[in-house]
Amino acid sequence: MLIIENLTKTFDPGTVNEKKVIDRLNLQISAGDFITVIGGNGAGKSTMLNLICGVYPADGGKIILAGNEIQDMPEHKRAKDFGRVFQDPLMGTAANMQLAENLALAFRRGKRRGLSWGILEEERELYQKRLATLGLGLEDRLNDKIGLLSGGQRQAVTLLMATLNAPKLLLLDEHTAALDPNTAEIVLNLTDKIISEQNLTALMVTHNMQAAIDHGNRLIMMDKGNIIYDVRGPEKQKLKVEDLLRLFQELSSGGGFSDSMLG
Amino acid sequence: MQFLLAVEGAVAQGLLWSILALGSYITFRLLNFTDMTVDGSFTTGACVTAICIANGIPPVLALLVSLSAGSFAGAITGFLHNKLEIPEVLAGILTQISLYSINLRIMGRANQQLLQYDTIFKQLQNLLAEIGLNLSSDRVAIIIGLIFVTIVIIVLYWFFGTEIGSIIRATGNNEAMVRALGQNTENTKFIALIIANSCIALAGSLVGMYQGAADVGMGAGAIVIGLASIVIGEVILRRVIAFGSKMVAVVIGSIIYRIIVALVLQLGLSTNDLKLITAIIVALALFLPNAVSKHYAKKARELAAKETNDA
Repeated sequence: MLIIENLTKTFDPGTVNEKKVIDRLNLQISAGDFITVIGGNGAGKSTMLNLICGVYPADGGKIILAGNEIQDMPEHKRAKDFGRVFQDPLMGTAANMQLAENLALAFRRGKRRGLSWGILEEERELYQKRLATLGLGLEDRLNDKIGLLSGGQRQAVTLLMATLNAPKLLLLDEHTAALDPNTAEIVLNLTDKIISEQNLTALMVTHNMQAAIDHGNRLIMMDKGNIIYDVRGPEKQKLKVEDLLRLFQELSSGGGFSDSMLG
Repeated sequence: MQFLLAVEGAVAQGLLWSILALGSYITFRLLNFTDMTVDGSFTTGACVTAICIANGIPPVLALLVSLSAGSFAGAITGFLHNKLEIPEVLAGILTQISLYSINLRIMGRANQQLLQYDTIFKQLQNLLAEIGLNLSSDRVAIIIGLIFVTIVIIVLYWFFGTEIGSIIRATGNNEAMVRALGQNTENTKFIALIIANSCIALAGSLVGMYQGAADVGMGAGAIVIGLASIVIGEVILRRVIAFGSKMVAVVIGSIIYRIIVALVLQLGLSTNDLKLITAIIVALALFLPNAVSKHYAKKARELAAKETNDA
């Protein structure tokens, strides 16, 4: 479904800060895969996601989505195929706009926007229904500005927005890292629910190794801009956090996980 | 009595200039873009209208020509910012400064009188006189101002409710999100700059006709006047949130600004002091809300401290 071939990205080339963040990376994602991505700081997890959706261009390599090379397309043209949730809960929504308006913006992701009314009456019903599935009581707050919502609520709404029109690939960039443990759990469960209900393909970067084991059908570990461990199915289900730590020690070049990732 | 007449003139001016303030509101508040084109595009509006009318083009048509000249000015700022990647403030300043030369080219000299020509103000005044209604030129200006302000507010209200308008508002909130939702933020900024500067040139055209002259220097400080109207409107009508009401607040802010100016002039200050006074008004209007909220925060702290001591 998505094939990444020899992808390379260097930040600040030619300066003292030069850093090769993605180094000849190869990855094949099949339709229906729910892949969790772990790795130390600077391993290139977020950069890989950003390269897939085109926040910045790759230096070399190919990204092939459903048979089409997309590595040279600008970000806004790729957006029709990708749903994204960012680490920062503020980044996925427009604070000064109503909940319904935000959903209406997302409902039109990747479509041509014209001069018809920005939100139609019949859409409101759909949004109310979808918000009700979050179980956060947001279905009665369609006309509230998003800025009035808490971080966890905003992140749940962003998740809903990213999946309102089933994307070919859902990209979750540590989307629960900025939330308290309780809220993070709720949002993670919602993520599971939405992905399985809509049978989505997803990539989820996480710092939480237990979550990386508990969720999804495949796990990849990254280090120095490449994938050092790739496991799926029953073998993945059997993993324990200690196993991952040991594997990381064996396979990585040092650098190491921090305590915060053990949670 | 004299002051009442001054207030009438202030309301007329406030209404006409409020269209400029509405244009600035689009860039400053909706798009979160500091657009400095204003001083130039406002003057361009007046100059284009003056030269059109002096050459026998009907005033209403002259208005439309000015409006498209303004849209062109906005497009240039958009081009400088989007394609040449010049920071937004500088892009606007570059357009503004080049418009000074262009405005001189348009008129062929520094100013153009319109007193001997028909403007929409005189046309309406004559029309009303024919049906036996003799109104002062200020009252006619109030009628025309109300008509245009209403049209502009209705059009903007409609536009910013559409799909394109919504995504422009979202751009002012969160550019990363807009790109993630498949919209080119360069385009949204471009469109917003064009619409804003069209409004501003329309205001320039109306003010030029109302004053009976266009002058290459008439736009100096227009941006601060627009900003003054926005912040006065926001300070006075702090609780409104709906988009339509916010635009009305800007118009009210613009009128109040003109009444303050009229008051100050009545007190004996000269028109030469106006720019200084405007700057002081803006500074006060920006400072006071902060001071008030700090005052209440201090009160709350004192109360909390007292309760802790009592307990």
